[in-house]
Amino acid sequence: MALSGLDIFKLLPKTNCGDCNVPTCMAFAMKLAQKKADLSECPHASEEAKVTLGAASEPPIRLVKIGGTNALEVGNETVMFRHEKTFFHPTGVAIELRTSEGEEKLLSKIKEIEGYNVERVGEELSADLFFISHDSKNKEDFLKTVVLAKENSAKGIILDCSDEEILREGIELLKDTCPAVLLKNELSDKNIELTQNSDVSLILTAKSYDDLAKQTEKARNSGVNNLILNLENQNIGNQLQHNAILRRSALKKYFKPFGYPLFTYIHAESELDMLARASALLCKYDSIIVLPKYDKAMLYTLFTLRQNIYTDPQKPIQVDPKVYPIGEPTPESPVFVTTNFSLTYFIVSGEIENSGISAHLVVADAEGQSVLTAWAAGKFVGETIAKFIKDIKLEQQVKTRKIVIPGLVSQISGDLEDNLPGWEVIVGCQEASDIPSFVKSVKLT
Amino acid sequence: MNFEIPKEVNTGKVAEVTIGATSEQGGTRSHTVTIGGSTSLPFHFFEGQHPHRPAVAMEVFDKTPKKYLDSLMDYFGDVIDKPGEMAKKCVDEYGAELISVRLEGTHPEKGDKSAEEAAETVQQVLESVRVPLIISGHSHFEKINKVMKKVCEVTEGENCLINYVETDNYKTIAAACIAYKHTLVAQSPIDVNLAKQLNILLTDMNFPPERIVMDPLTSTLGYGLEYTYSIMERIRNDGLAGDKMLAFPMLINPGYESFRVKETWAPEKEYPDWGNLEQRAAYWEIATAMSLLLTGTELLIMYHPRAFEVVKNKIIEMYESKKES
Ligand code: B12
Ligand code: SF4
Repeated sequence: MALSGLDIFKLLPKTNCGDCNVPTCMAFAMKLAQKKADLSECPHASEEAKVTLGAASEPPIRLVKIGGTNALEVGNETVMFRHEKTFFHPTGVAIELRTSEGEEKLLSKIKEIEGYNVERVGEELSADLFFISHDSKNKEDFLKTVVLAKENSAKGIILDCSDEEILREGIELLKDTCPAVLLKNELSDKNIELTQNSDVSLILTAKSYDDLAKQTEKARNSGVNNLILNLENQNIGNQLQHNAILRRSALKKYFKPFGYPLFTYIHAESELDMLARASALLCKYDSIIVLPKYDKAMLYTLFTLRQNIYTDPQKPIQVDPKVYPIGEPTPESPVFVTTNFSLTYFIVSGEIENSGISAHLVVADAEGQSVLTAWAAGKFVGETIAKFIKDIKLEQQVKTRKIVIPGLVSQISGDLEDNLPGWEVIVGCQEASDIPSFVKSVKLT
Repeated sequence: MNFEIPKEVNTGKVAEVTIGATSEQGGTRSHTVTIGGSTSLPFHFFEGQHPHRPAVAMEVFDKTPKKYLDSLMDYFGDVIDKPGEMAKKCVDEYGAELISVRLEGTHPEKGDKSAEEAAETVQQVLESVRVPLIISGHSHFEKINKVMKKVCEVTEGENCLINYVETDNYKTIAAACIAYKHTLVAQSPIDVNLAKQLNILLTDMNFPPERIVMDPLTSTLGYGLEYTYSIMERIRNDGLAGDKMLAFPMLINPGYESFRVKETWAPEKEYPDWGNLEQRAAYWEIATAMSLLLTGTELLIMYHPRAFEVVKNKIIEMYESKKES
């Protein structure tokens, strides 16, 4: 919670000794409130002042890490709506491994998920975590699954096991890799003991706000601070309302017991239902979702949604405007032009590659906008494209004097030819996916 | 520490808009569909009124779409070129709450069907189903004005949702809606101010505000969804904060937008990382619909029967939580 200058002043010695190099305690308090000074500059500050101010400078939602070297970081969000600023830490997607699945099947599943990596708009996307649920009730199965996951993957691990002794051994196996533990029953002293002074995160489960607040208070008072919240409910409407209320309490009311990332295990009737629930919770404030099923199409859909929701709304993802070689182009290879909106660039370059030809792809500066958006804003028209081509001295790099433009802006072709003497403009197809057949049907050089 | 739910009170309220008309109201529909009326953020039942749940429509065509998905042909292959029968299937078998008749075939470059042909198609659908209708057009101003005028005339009193007008072309169609008692979609390209401006233009010509639905322009998952998502949130926030010219129900079309993008038709053989195509096509539409529902969507037009079913069920489930709040 941000404290006012006056709040801080009340915590200072009020002696105006000047040792902080500010004439009065009040002036120092004002500087602290504006974050232009640090409390350590006052040698006389009380313990109480240090604790209170320290808590006040904590982020409203705690950053929690799960995993080893490439740990997943969740939490530390600052706004309710992405347009207010941005969402910083994308929702972590966990895939469930059930101990009853059997060693052989689990091993191949872990390897497959570990190897699953899909690219979209230049970003590599993959599942973040494994969620190991102890459903066979056999200790050996559980520990074996933990070892399998640890040895065959670098992903962080969440443990779900109700037997405290087995859990202890599981955690022991995961030392140094910041695991998380899902507690389905009320937080016990034993649980606290298990995680005190360790880097294990606790996922606390509760059925009501009061119960949840009681548990987080208990954990905090014992110095256990790596918490994640699981306010259980099966109804998606209730889940969304809970998430909004928890997030709002943390951000707007500085209600410390709820200042932690949120968690949901997706219970669903079918795969489509699972995707529907996961999509909603990903948008509205869940930091970790567990999918009971591994399904590539579902992951790809969710990753795309996550990429959309977690991009910075102030700046479109863009690529550098310049000429990109596709394949191994020679000066005789054909020339295509598009905009520097990342999505557009990656789709178009991918499809030219698919067509099997080598080419020069001129990515004009359109301030990161799509073809039609840029055209509508006057940033991808004959004059601007011609100027860009002259600026980068394209005529010295290629021998071809034909240039293919996107079909959606066929109307600029005359204008571009007027601005680019000596060049012939070819109107391309509208959809990039038609490029492979388009290049076969038209003479491009 | 005792916890108290932090509630936010809004001064604004989303307009309530009714689509369709029963015989008592001068139409032939078995019932009407009312959307809007919320006084808090979507699904925030704990701090506001939400008298009507979002409605889900399905779409039929006056001309078989050029790029229609194989995966949808499995469901509609037998009726895709028979709008009346397709509408019946959507309603009887899949539970569509409204039917959108897309008149793309009247576009001069896509078939150039006449206004009379369009009117006939609409009448066919009106006769085959009893749910309220949405009439969806295109951006060829001159032609769509002719078509919509005719359609409005022959469906007088039915209170169809005429989809759409835009800032550069609204007068003719809006006047027809007033004359023949229809409801209207005001579309603007993903921009709060443009949306507001169009609503002001409409109300300035005395268009009744209780008959305006806004279309903020849907982009689908992976193709600009982040823009639509945020613009809709901003529109809804401003509307609830008291800006009457932004407090209208919103329409999105996840079906039409999703099924134009490669992710819904490219085979798994060529894109193994994208996973099973059959599932993926439905997933894409569901993710688009679910995310935009949370921003304030009151009316959705969906294509894939399985995606439709899941999204409709989720809306019903969400509204069940209303009882507890
Ligand atoms: C998201 C979006 C925005 C975002 C911007 C996103 C961005 N970074 O560009 C925002 C909200 C900011 C925006 C703003 C505007 N927008 Co806008 N926007 C869209 C939307 C929904 C999607 C665009 C998109 O991302 N497409 C995906 C990319 C990949 O498509 P693409 O670049 O065209 O590339 C494809 C093809 O062109 C082809 N291709 C590309 N390059 C090449 C090259 C070759 C050689 C070939 C062969 C093919 C090829 O391959 C790609 C895949 O098929 C479209 C509507 C729609 N559904 O398409 C409207 C749309 C483009 N916008 C439009 C308008 C009018 C505007 C604004 C002027 C209005 C306003 N709000 O003020 C502003 C202009 C911005 C400004 N003032 O600077 C109109 C343009 C109308 C027109 N035909 O003139 C559209 C079509 C909406 C509409 N129907 O009214 N927009
Ligand atoms: S050093 Fe501390 S006590 Fe002295 S003036 Fe500064 S704030 Fe006050």
